[in-house]
Amino acid sequence: MISLTSYAFVSMMLFSIGVIGVVARRNIFVIYMSIEMMLNGINLFLVTFARYHFNMDPQVITIMVISIAAAEAAIFLSVIILLYRSRKSLDTDIFTTLTQGEKS
Amino acid sequence: MNTSLLVWIVLAPLLGSILSGLLYFYHIKKSKVSDIYFSLIGTITPLISFLITLYLFLRMNDEKIIFKQQLFTWLNVDKLNIEMAFLGDNLSIFMSMFVTFVGWLIHIYAIGYMKGDNGFGKFFAYFNLFLASMLILVLADNPIILFIGWEGVGVCSYLLIKFYYGNKENVLAANKAFIANRVGDFGFLLGVVTLFFALGEVDLSFASIEANLANASNELLVLSGFLLFVGAMGKSAQIPLYVWLPDAMAGPTPISALIHAATMVTAGVYMVARFHFLYSGIEEIGLFIAYIGAFSALFAAIIATRQTDIKKILAYSTMSQLGYMFIAVGLGFYSTGLFHVFTHAFFKAMLFMGAGGVIMALHHEQNIFKIAQHRASLPIIATTFLIGVIAISGIPPFSGFFSKDAILAAAFQEGQYLIWAIAMFTAFLTAFYMFRMYFIVFVAPTKHDEQYVYTSKTITIPLLILALGAIGAGFLNLPAIFGGNHFVDTWLSQLHSKHIHMDHTTEYVLMALSIVVAATGIMAAYAKYANFDVSRPEDETGLIGNKFYIDELYNILFVQSTKKLSTFIDKVVDAKIIDAFVMNSSIGFVNIGKRVAMIQNANVRFYAAFMLIGMTAVFIYLYITLGL
Repeated sequence: MISLTSYAFVSMMLFSIGVIGVVARRNIFVIYMSIEMMLNGINLFLVTFARYHFNMDPQVITIMVISIAAAEAAIFLSVIILLYRSRKSLDTDIFTTLTQGEKS
Repeated sequence: MNTSLLVWIVLAPLLGSILSGLLYFYHIKKSKVSDIYFSLIGTITPLISFLITLYLFLRMNDEKIIFKQQLFTWLNVDKLNIEMAFLGDNLSIFMSMFVTFVGWLIHIYAIGYMKGDNGFGKFFAYFNLFLASMLILVLADNPIILFIGWEGVGVCSYLLIKFYYGNKENVLAANKAFIANRVGDFGFLLGVVTLFFALGEVDLSFASIEANLANASNELLVLSGFLLFVGAMGKSAQIPLYVWLPDAMAGPTPISALIHAATMVTAGVYMVARFHFLYSGIEEIGLFIAYIGAFSALFAAIIATRQTDIKKILAYSTMSQLGYMFIAVGLGFYSTGLFHVFTHAFFKAMLFMGAGGVIMALHHEQNIFKIAQHRASLPIIATTFLIGVIAISGIPPFSGFFSKDAILAAAFQEGQYLIWAIAMFTAFLTAFYMFRMYFIVFVAPTKHDEQYVYTSKTITIPLLILALGAIGAGFLNLPAIFGGNHFVDTWLSQLHSKHIHMDHTTEYVLMALSIVVAATGIMAAYAKYANFDVSRPEDETGLIGNKFYIDELYNILFVQSTKKLSTFIDKVVDAKIIDAFVMNSSIGFVNIGKRVAMIQNANVRFYAAFMLIGMTAVFIYLYITLGL
């Protein structure tokens, strides 16, 4: 029997790796994948507790998250393509048009 | 008694001024307007004022009434209530009588003097405005309205002194006159305010000031009396604010005549007489006024003995005569002082107009020695000038003798022997410098052939009329020992002036003494200047020729120190303190802004990190507060 703590640990690990990926990586694709990873970490967490408490509500939320993530993926990927077309790059540090401070 | 005529004395020249001003605008903008129209407006309006004044004078003489006209309430703030009202009592009607009369003659004279000048219309507009301001001053029913006229004559003198503003010196002279007068005006205004509070904030008309005078504390009255006299010092060119008067000669000669004879400089004496009820109660200030007058008289007379500019000699003589007037009013002999104002108006106007005629005949030459070198034959002007010179020197029976001798007797009777001695010595100097001028300008031998120069009738006729005044005006206030009836003293009895009561022997001795003194002055001038070689002129050198270096002293004391202060404020206070504070704080804001803007660097990962930190903080907060 795998304990509840292990499930929670795995989902937290997934979430944290996602956070670090968002903050630390420069490639937009990797950032996107990190966001997905965070979502999945949360999903795992919800599913784990649904099962633990025999309550279906978190499952509903999980289905909700997955479907919204799918829709979001469509928008996100098309935006990434547009960004690539405009700058021929996927490095986030290039996209600083909206800055207010001095450009570094 | 109410009358609607009083305001027209003021309004006639005021409307004349506005009309000539508009006409002059038309003249310069559209098409030329003939000088005749300006002359007509300029001379008829003072005549209207004079005739109204004369009519009121005759009625007052018959019916023993005083006139008052209330136009409207000008200001009404709390207890301060200022009525636009005019007062025609014996004093103001007496004053406006000769102001309008002499003013009218000077207007006529100006037609001849200013003939062909480009600014003919402008000149008459200013001239009428000057007269209107003076009449507001004279007829005012309260000190605030008086102050309007007081400022009005200041502005008009400024406008007229720099009438030929193309010349920088004229502009500087006008500025000097205006600034010196501002100092005095400030004193006057402070004096009125002090009086207002000293009296317990009552209505400010002269009648109510007089009625409430007993309520005021003596110290405040002394203060306000002094401050009001500071105003008189500025307007009437007494030490130490006299410096503007000689420089004011930069204007055309009719202006000098108007300023010195009828308007402006007599305002100070008139004001002191107007406040006679105040000055009678504070004799220490009265004595101070008398001493200032005596020293101004002496000082100006000494300077006049070395001047070479004909108009400046006359200017200093005016200052000297004003000193006499202040001796009289300071000692409480108000009617005597005003009598001297009255006689002085005639002979000084005449002297200035005569000098103007000479200057014009010689194409604007003002140096008396150069005038002598190219002397023109001007019989009427020479005669009237001689009459004026005799009158101012105090030779009987000319008018100056009676008024000046009354002042000398007054000083003697009051026991102010120092003032008396100064005034006596000044009388000697007056005779000396006036006859010095006369002998050089008209008598001293010259190699140049005298040629008769035609002078305009508008110049000579006013001169002749004034000559009659200069001869005859003295008889209006003939002392009792000559069988006179003191007409002026009686007429001005409202002033409660002191009267001269001394035994006849003393009076005769004093008179004889002053005649001897004047005659000595004339003899001295005759001995030195009647056969003076005008080809070797005197220079304005030495201590006296340089006017005791007072202008230079004022320059160092006031002008340079003000400049230094201004420079200090500009370069140190403003640049180093205020600018530094303002600039540094703005630079500080810019720097803070730059620091804040660095957060918005459009770096997505940076934003994400911030979100992370923020969310973490919120969760920690929730964790702690909810106690999970």
